[in-house]
Amino acid sequence: MGKEENWELWLYIAGQTPKSILALENITKYSKEYLKGKGRNYTIEVIDLLKSPELAEDDQIFAIPTLVRKAPPPLRKIIGDLSDKEKVLTGLNFRPITVADGK
Amino acid sequence: MLQYSAIASHYLSGSNAVNPLNESNTVMKQGNNIFPKTPTGIDGLNEITGGGFPQGRPTLICGSAGSGKTVLAMQFLIKGITEYNEPGVFMSFEESSKDLAQNVRSLGFDLEKSIAQKKLKIDYVRVERSEIQETGEYDLEGLFIRLNHAIDSIGAKRVVLDTIESLFSGLNNTAILRSEIRRLFQWLKEKGVTTIITGERGDTTLTRQGLEEYVSDCVILLDFRVIEQIATRRLRIVKYRGSTHGTNEYPFLIDENGISVLPITSLKLEHTTSAEIISTGLPGLDKLFNGGGYYRGNSAFVTGSAGTAKTILAAYFALSSCKKKERVLYFSFEESPDQLVRNMLSVGIDLNPYIKSKLLLIHSSRPSLHGLEMHLLSLYKYIREFKPHTVIIDPISSLVTIGSRGEVRAMLARLMDMLKIHQINSMFTSLTHKQPISYNALAEEAISSLVDTWIKLRNEESKNNRVRSLYIEKSRGMGHSSEIRNFIVTDNGIKIMNADLQTEQGHNGSEEVIALSGNGSKNKF
Repeated sequence: MGKEENWELWLYIAGQTPKSILALENITKYSKEYLKGKGRNYTIEVIDLLKSPELAEDDQIFAIPTLVRKAPPPLRKIIGDLSDKEKVLTGLNFRPITVADGK
Repeated sequence: MLQYSAIASHYLSGSNAVNPLNESNTVMKQGNNIFPKTPTGIDGLNEITGGGFPQGRPTLICGSAGSGKTVLAMQFLIKGITEYNEPGVFMSFEESSKDLAQNVRSLGFDLEKSIAQKKLKIDYVRVERSEIQETGEYDLEGLFIRLNHAIDSIGAKRVVLDTIESLFSGLNNTAILRSEIRRLFQWLKEKGVTTIITGERGDTTLTRQGLEEYVSDCVILLDFRVIEQIATRRLRIVKYRGSTHGTNEYPFLIDENGISVLPITSLKLEHTTSAEIISTGLPGLDKLFNGGGYYRGNSAFVTGSAGTAKTILAAYFALSSCKKKERVLYFSFEESPDQLVRNMLSVGIDLNPYIKSKLLLIHSSRPSLHGLEMHLLSLYKYIREFKPHTVIIDPISSLVTIGSRGEVRAMLARLMDMLKIHQINSMFTSLTHKQPISYNALAEEAISSLVDTWIKLRNEESKNNRVRSLYIEKSRGMGHSSEIRNFIVTDNGIKIMNADLQTEQGHNGSEEVIALSGNGSKNKF
């Protein structure tokens, strides 16, 4: 078994809009399904740009909501309410636990 | 384990958590008769736009790649900071802050300094298709927040978005983009910042994504053309709601001082005129004018074929101005300053002392070096810097060869207008051929109707020798002799023959005229 994997996901929102709430629900669901397991940790951090607008520049955020995979590298970004599950999985490169464990 | 750590909380330093959309701190007064404008910071553009861009509203600048959009936008910001103390935000979608600073340094803009003084903020928005996936609904609130934060952090009054259409190449959902860009422009208006939005020229539309539909206040088109291997830049105001504006295509120039647009003065015939008489430099020629010379601010046109002593006549005029301690700017398009001085010395005209005392400035350049606009713009610049009383362009026909009929006329009209407004005396020489070649005829035609005085020089074969002669073709606002006077060029200059020495006798009236104006030339009146 390889070393421990830490997934760090940041979700940028601007206030509690329906799109942002939906995006958070979606990523929570996918994470539970695909990132929970032996040797894996994940955190989802929600950043509200209305409260800290200066953070938008650092991560090159222009669309809301934006999900950024800060770790593991490389950095990846998905914008939108994350309703297309397949796209999110490929976009973030989520691998099913079984495949990851099988190696 | 799952945690929603509210990371935002430890960034909550200030209390500037205001939704930008709810914050409309400036309300435009629509009913106001006076349409407020923001100076552009670009020479000549304020005149064309009647004062500048619409204040607190977006202006669209469109043009093809390399047409000068970014430079114009940057100059608007930098001059806003340095001349009007209005901080500015530059949101770049194409170049990083560092690249941008480097690219405009050659134009004399020091971005780092303004950034350090918190007068300028550059925000580079990188939209890279390969880095971004799209799933479902989103908006551009992040962009709004960034822009709002940048504007508020320095109290910006001016904003540039260069080029917002880049979003379309990075993102797929054009429906969202369109509605968001529309919302952005509306938001900028509510925010009350004067904004420049740049857009790349489309095939059939002004901008690729039809941004002109959203920006209804002011649209300016930049154009970059190569005509006969000479590049010319042009600017046109496509629309300017609620304001009068010039409708022509105006040539503009990008040089080490940024952009300047022609005209520097407006095309209005409202200059004051002077009744003061100045000498042509040749007493014999002065006598042919009833007033004893030109009016101050006169524009004189001297035409003749090769070797008819046009330049000598121009040198006399320069000399007479210098003798009165009035500055002369001499544009020589065929001879270098040294060559001109030497050649004039051979006919007894010594220009050296006046060059030394800085009363005379000779500027030489090859006509083919630049386009017509470039030449005229550099004329403007020299004239503004040197502030001459007299300007000589020798010969203007070489400028005409590099432009087309309509534009030459328009440019010359502007140049003469500018000279008139400043009460500058001018003399233009022009080469003519016996069988007029098209462009020489063009020069004459273009200029002769604009000038006040037209002197024709001739050099004709007669029996065993060539006989030089001159006559006045026209002289606005002043009676003049209709005689054709012979003259000779000696080591001591031009000698104009008296009427009675000529083979053809002038009519009786001319004697009187000469007697009268003889006094005038000696300034005894």
